[in-house]
Amino acid sequence: MNEQTHMLDIDNLHAKVEDKDILKGLSLSLRPGEVHAIMGPNGSGKSTLAHVLAGREGYTVTQGGVKFRGQDLLAMEPEERAAAGVFLGFQYPVEIPGVTNLYFLKAALNAQRKSRGEKELDAADFLAYVKQRVKQMQMDPKMLHRGVNEGFSGGEKKRNEILQMLVLQPSMMILDETDSGLDIDALKVVADGINAMRGPTTATLLVTHYQRLLDHVQPDRVHVLADGRIVKSGGPELARELEEKGYAWLQPQKAA
Amino acid sequence: MAATEQTTAPSPTSEVRDLVTRRVAQAYSAGFITDVESETIPIGLSEDVVRLISLRKNEPQWLLDWRLKAYRRWLKMDEPKWAHVNYEPIDYQSISYFSAPKSMKDRPKSLDEVDPKLLETYKKLGIPLREQEMLAGVVPQVAVDVVFDSVSVGTTFRKKLAEAGVIFCSISEAVHDHPEIVKKYLGSVVPFGDNYFAALNSAVFSDGSFVFIPKGVRCPMELSTYFRINERNTGQFERTLIVAEERSHVSYLEGCTAPQRDENQLHAAVVELVALDDAEIKYSTVQNWYPGDENGKGGIYNFVTKRGDCRGPRSKISWTQVETGSAITWKYPSCILRGDDSVGEFYSVALTHHRQQADTGTKMIHVGRNTRSTIVSKGIAAGHGQQSYRGLVRVLPSAHGARNHTQCDSLLIGDQCGAHTFPYTEIRNPTAILEHEATTSKIGDDQLFYCRSRGISEEDAVSMIVNGFCKQVFKELPMEFAVEAQKLLAVSLEGAVG
Repeated sequence: MNEQTHMLDIDNLHAKVEDKDILKGLSLSLRPGEVHAIMGPNGSGKSTLAHVLAGREGYTVTQGGVKFRGQDLLAMEPEERAAAGVFLGFQYPVEIPGVTNLYFLKAALNAQRKSRGEKELDAADFLAYVKQRVKQMQMDPKMLHRGVNEGFSGGEKKRNEILQMLVLQPSMMILDETDSGLDIDALKVVADGINAMRGPTTATLLVTHYQRLLDHVQPDRVHVLADGRIVKSGGPELARELEEKGYAWLQPQKAA
Repeated sequence: MAATEQTTAPSPTSEVRDLVTRRVAQAYSAGFITDVESETIPIGLSEDVVRLISLRKNEPQWLLDWRLKAYRRWLKMDEPKWAHVNYEPIDYQSISYFSAPKSMKDRPKSLDEVDPKLLETYKKLGIPLREQEMLAGVVPQVAVDVVFDSVSVGTTFRKKLAEAGVIFCSISEAVHDHPEIVKKYLGSVVPFGDNYFAALNSAVFSDGSFVFIPKGVRCPMELSTYFRINERNTGQFERTLIVAEERSHVSYLEGCTAPQRDENQLHAAVVELVALDDAEIKYSTVQNWYPGDENGKGGIYNFVTKRGDCRGPRSKISWTQVETGSAITWKYPSCILRGDDSVGEFYSVALTHHRQQADTGTKMIHVGRNTRSTIVSKGIAAGHGQQSYRGLVRVLPSAHGARNHTQCDSLLIGDQCGAHTFPYTEIRNPTAILEHEATTSKIGDDQLFYCRSRGISEEDAVSMIVNGFCKQVFKELPMEFAVEAQKLLAVSLEGAVG
């Protein structure tokens, strides 16, 4: 495959947390326009992958590398990755008491715009821009004046992650278990948000444990992660197969 | 009954530690020295010095007598040791108790006659003294009294205030021009023997502000005093008295800075507030005395007694403080809720960085029926800073239906700092309702990473998180001060975190 056409190119990635090897030679490529799903049992390394891609400290890459649009992603600071268009939807979004969502979103968007040499949005323009997206996520506009994730339910936090994504308009989205903790209505809204970002110039990596999100967001490819490596890849049908059979049948192929 | 909770910071997160070590000491922007010729009396303290100060200020006999009583009381008192702070013993004989710029000796009649060098000092500090500029809307309209070392340099907007019946001048002038009011109220809230530092202040106080709001008057503008210590080896002992008569209202702000020097300087102030029936006093402080360097060399010892007396029914006193400076802060702005249905409030942000130590909080003394008090304290410790909240809620048998709500939060940055909470309650009326909430948190990797993954730099993230933490207090400050306070906090945290 030609590297130039890739949005994200993960090549033989090995990573450890403290002294524990978690990722053991993971390779994966996404082209613009694609949505891939990574599934796998608990402890297979799904969240580690998401955090390594976003640049969280405490994860050491021991081998291999990651290119984002041909650039060395691992050499960039987390905020540089964000400004370049990488977005991580957190499995457990944190609370920032006293900092309103409105302030936080504006600070984030303007920091990214500034770093890209674009003009910062003023308060009025930003408010109009953000309100539209709040509506899209079927959230109460009052949430903009509440603290970031402060007192939010699990479902509200996940919705808020997607709202942030819609506001920041990234090109490479990594969504870590965004479907967990959502009721069926919220799942639909979140899925619509993800689908709205789909396009010829964006790519999405859905990290998920269950099939149900994939009923609403049709992936182009499904990969199974086990013990730090991709053990099987396939089309959307693979997800349904996993839903029926579980992950156990894949474990013997560990060495593949 | 006293409860004590102590918390020391958990082990550092790598990102925060990096930040702490990466950033070095931030220059204290108010640390310059104004080169003016000053007349400073020789160091040392004795009855003669007390007499000399009184003479220099041309005071009436009653005030000299009061000072001498205070001095004699002070001699018999011991410096309090209960605060959670450590410092070398203060040598009270090595301090000069009075210093004034020579140019002030002839008492300039207005700010136009004041030595331009002095005016330049305030300009550099960003304190607006030009009424024209304020009237032109260049800066917000605030009446300012400026105190330089031991004297008040001048007060703006006096004419406009006088039209409303408001008296705003230095306490020295008030002693001459309004002796009956001063005599009635001075020491009526903080008696001269109240505590060691209050006694010292009563003996040697130099200047400070005097505010009198007559019945039914709503003060037409914010009042503020700006305190500046300039001279070496001097202490500043200011005395402020604010009296709000029935149904009046005033909002008053004070700011403080001092040059960067290697030795410690003592600042022992007394502030007394009196609110009569239905009156309201809002007192805000942004304290930015020189905090010392990152190794704890130099800095101001800020040992202050502030107390408000809600003397009349339905009166209200609200203290808001943002304490970022000083090597050591020892300060408990308090309210005596004497009038029925009176209200006391205390909102505080205290930040200790490097080797700074703060032991600060409040006392709410419920005397009248249905009195209510609110305490919101936000302590931030960074570097090797030590931070203690000490608060007393006392409900007397007469205080039927008293209510208090206390919220006391600490934020730790790094692993070398400490936060401590010393809440005391004394309840002698069973109808009292008290609520106490306390949290200790630290800026964690999780929060920082979350912000950074959205494109916000580490420094901006820390500053955002800290401001969020302080928001409840900042919203109590007058608008123009809230902005200042946020900036000050960011600057004070630079070198620690961001």
